[in-house]
Amino acid sequence: MTAVDLRVAQRPNAPMTTYRYDEYDAAFVSERVAEFREQVNRRLSGALTEEEFRPFRLMNGLYLQLHAYMLRVAIPYGTLTARQMRRLADIADKWDKGYGHFTTRQNLQYNWPKLVDTPDILESLADVEMHAIQTSGNCIRNVTADHFAGVAPDEIEDPRPTAEFLRQWSSLHSEFSFLPRKFKIAVTGAAHDRAAILVHDIGLRIVKNDTGEIGYQVVVGGGLGRSPFIGKVVGDFVPREDLLAFLEAILRVYNRFGRRDNKYKARVKILVHEKGIDEIRAAVEAEFAAMDRSAFAHDPEEFERIAAFFAPPPYESLPATSALLRAAKLETPAFANFVDVNVGAHKIPGYAIVTVSLKPIGGVPGDATSAQMRVLADASERFGFGELRVSHEQNIILPHVKQDDLFALWSMLDAAGLATANAGLVSDIISCPGLDYCSLATARSIPIAQAISKRFSDMSRQRRIGKLGVKISGCINACGHHHVGAIGILGLEKKGQESYQITLGGDPTFSASIGEILGPGVTAEQVPDVVEHLVDYYLAEREEGEAFIDTWRRIGHARFKDVLRREGEDGADI
Amino acid sequence: MALISDGRFIEDAWRRLADEEALPKTGKFIVSLPRLEHAVEVLGPTATFGVIVPNTTEPSALIAALPRLDLISIAFPAFADGRGFSLARLLRRAEFKGELRASGRLVADQYPHAIGCGFDTIEIPDDLADRQDEEQWRAALNAYSMSYQRGYAGRGSILEARRKAVRS
Ligand code: HEM
Ligand code: SF4
Repeated sequence: MTAVDLRVAQRPNAPMTTYRYDEYDAAFVSERVAEFREQVNRRLSGALTEEEFRPFRLMNGLYLQLHAYMLRVAIPYGTLTARQMRRLADIADKWDKGYGHFTTRQNLQYNWPKLVDTPDILESLADVEMHAIQTSGNCIRNVTADHFAGVAPDEIEDPRPTAEFLRQWSSLHSEFSFLPRKFKIAVTGAAHDRAAILVHDIGLRIVKNDTGEIGYQVVVGGGLGRSPFIGKVVGDFVPREDLLAFLEAILRVYNRFGRRDNKYKARVKILVHEKGIDEIRAAVEAEFAAMDRSAFAHDPEEFERIAAFFAPPPYESLPATSALLRAAKLETPAFANFVDVNVGAHKIPGYAIVTVSLKPIGGVPGDATSAQMRVLADASERFGFGELRVSHEQNIILPHVKQDDLFALWSMLDAAGLATANAGLVSDIISCPGLDYCSLATARSIPIAQAISKRFSDMSRQRRIGKLGVKISGCINACGHHHVGAIGILGLEKKGQESYQITLGGDPTFSASIGEILGPGVTAEQVPDVVEHLVDYYLAEREEGEAFIDTWRRIGHARFKDVLRREGEDGADI
Repeated sequence: MALISDGRFIEDAWRRLADEEALPKTGKFIVSLPRLEHAVEVLGPTATFGVIVPNTTEPSALIAALPRLDLISIAFPAFADGRGFSLARLLRRAEFKGELRASGRLVADQYPHAIGCGFDTIEIPDDLADRQDEEQWRAALNAYSMSYQRGYAGRGSILEARRKAVRS
C-alpha cells in the first residue's frame, strides 16, 4: 500500500456504506486479472487471434478507439469510497494522461492506456476492490442503480444490495457470457426513477405489494441505440426469492432466441418488439416453471449479509434545518445558488445530498482530472463518511453532507473549480465522446456541448430556465442518450458535412418517452442558436411551475416545430 | 480435429458418419440430426451411437431419443455464438447422462463456460489446436477456483461456500 492508502486504512471513520470483498470476491477478481494477463500474452504470442481475443478484452473493459485503447472501469451501482477515488486518480496519473471520464453507465473511462499496461492497471484496481469486468462485450454489463440510493427520501428500499447480488450472479456467468449482444440491467428502489430503468434491457423497480412484501417489477426490452424502445413489463411482482430464477429465465430465452444474424437487431428490445411482449412473457414464464429453482433458492442470509454493508453511516441527530446554512446563504449569493441548484433533500434531518457537477461552463462533460478526483476524495472524507457516487448524468454525488458543513464543502469545491451550480440545468449536458475519440462517430459531440454550455454561461439565466436535459450523441448508437433528452441532439454526417438532428420531448424517468424529431438537420454552428430559440419560446409559453418538457407536452410538438420554421423564414439560415 | 477431455488432448473414440454412409453394426459413431429417428428405429438396444445437432435444436426434438443416445455433440457455428451453452443446460435438465460435446472453433478461454453448462468434451479443428495447446486448455480449466453461480457444473459455488462458513 502507498502511504496515502495506509493513512486511509487507519482512519477511524473509513467508509462503511459500501460492499467489501470477502476472501472469495478477492480471489475471483485477482484470478480474473491473472487470466487477462495471460490472455494479453497469448494475444502477443499469436495463440489468440485478434478476433478471438476481442470478446475477452471487451469483457475486461478494453475497447479499441480511434486513437488508442480505452479502458472502462466499473463503478458498480455508482458507489465509490474515497480510497477508490484516489486510486482512480493515481491510475490516471501513472498510466493515462492525468484525467478520466465518468460515463452515463456509472463507469470511468481511461482514454489512453496501453494494451501491455492494462493487466497492471487491473491489478491496481483489484487492490482497492475494483475491476473492469463486463463493462463491455456481449454479456451482462455493470449493473447500475439510482445514484441517490439509500439517502433519497422517496425510497422503498436501497437498490444496491440487489445490484450487488446481481453483480455477483452475472460475473463470468457460464451460460450468459456469449449473448447475442450486450445486456444492461438497472435497479431503482424509489418513487422517482433516477436510473433510467425503462431504457435498459432489464429494468428492476423495487415495489411493495398489498401485504407489505418486497418484490420487483421487471421491465424488459428498453434501450436506446439506433432503434429506441421503452421497456415493457414482463413481471408485475416478482418476489425476491424468485428474482434470480426469473432473470435466468429471461436471459435463457434471450440467449436462445435473440437475433444473431444482424448485430443491429440483436438486442433484447428487438426480440421483444418482433415477438411481442405477450409471447416473450409466456416464454419466460414457461422457462421459469420448467427450471430447477432449488439451485436459485433465495438465500436470505446471503442477501442480508450483502445488505448489511449498505447500512446507514453513523448520522448525528440534528435539527431539520440549519441556522448556519441559512446565514451563509444570505451572506454569499454564489453559495446560495449552489445550494438551490445542486443540493437535494436527504432522508435524515439535518443532512443533504450534494451533486458535484462535472460540467463546468465550456468543459468536457464528465471529465475529471486526477487533482479533482483527489479533492473529491478528500471532501468525501471531511464531509461525507468517505463515500461518493457517480450518476448517470456524469456527475459526482456526495450523499451524506451535514447542512452545517455545506458552506465549508462549497468553499473547498469552489477552490478546485468544482462548484458549478448547474445540476439538472441546461448546461448539465450529457454528451458522448463523439468524433474526438470514438471510431464510430459521424460527428463531434463534445465541442457541441461546450458551445451550448458557453451560450448559456449566464447562470442566472440558466436558473430562470430551470430543469432541462440536453443530451448529445455523436452517432446513431446513442451513447449520449439523446433519445431521452428533453432536447436531444444527434450528430450525423450528410454529404461529408456534420449535420445535427434535434429531437424534443425525451424523458428517461418512469414517464419515459422518446424524443420527436424537430425538423431538418442543422449545422454545428447553428446548434446553439436553435437550442436558444427553443428555450426562449418555452420561456415565453410556460405556465407557472412548468419545466421545459411539461410545456412541450402541453402545447405540443407542432408549435415548437413552428419556431424552427419561423426562424428559417426570418433568414436566420436554419 | 482435436478432442479435449479433462484438460487433455485425447484420441477420439467416436467416428462421425457421413450421411451417405450405412449405419455400422459395431463401434461408436455419430449421426446427423436428420438421421436420428431412423437410427433409433433400426439399431438394437446395444448399439452405441450419438448425434450431432445444430445449436438451434429444440430440446423437445431429442427427448424421445435421449435414453438411447450415448453422446450429443452440439455444433458451435462461431465461438462467440453462445446458444450451445443454453442448449447444453437444457439437455442436462432433461436428464441426459451421456457425453455432451461442444464442436466448433471454441477457444480455450471458454472451457470453464462449457464445463459449467454441462459439456464433457470439446472438439476443435486442428489449426486451432496447433495455436492453443493442451497447456492453455488446462490453464483455462484452472483459471478460477470458484464461481458465483449456483447450479452450474465444474467449480465450486461461492454462494455455497459462504453458506457453509456461516452454518459451521
Ligand atoms: C468511444 C467508444 C465507444 C464506442 C465504440 C461505443 C459504442 C457503442 C455502440 C456500438 C452502441 C450501440 C449498441 C447497441 O445499441 O446495440 C453504444 C451504446 C451506448 N453506449 Fe457507447 N460507445 C462508446 C463510448 C461510450 C461512452 C463514453 C458512453 C457513456 C458516456 C457510452 C454509453 C453508451 C450507452 C448508454 C449506450 C446506450 C445504448 C443502449 O443502452 O441502448 N458509450 N455504444
Ligand atoms: S454515440 Fe456514437 S459517437 Fe458517441 S460514443 Fe457512442 S458510438 Fe461513439
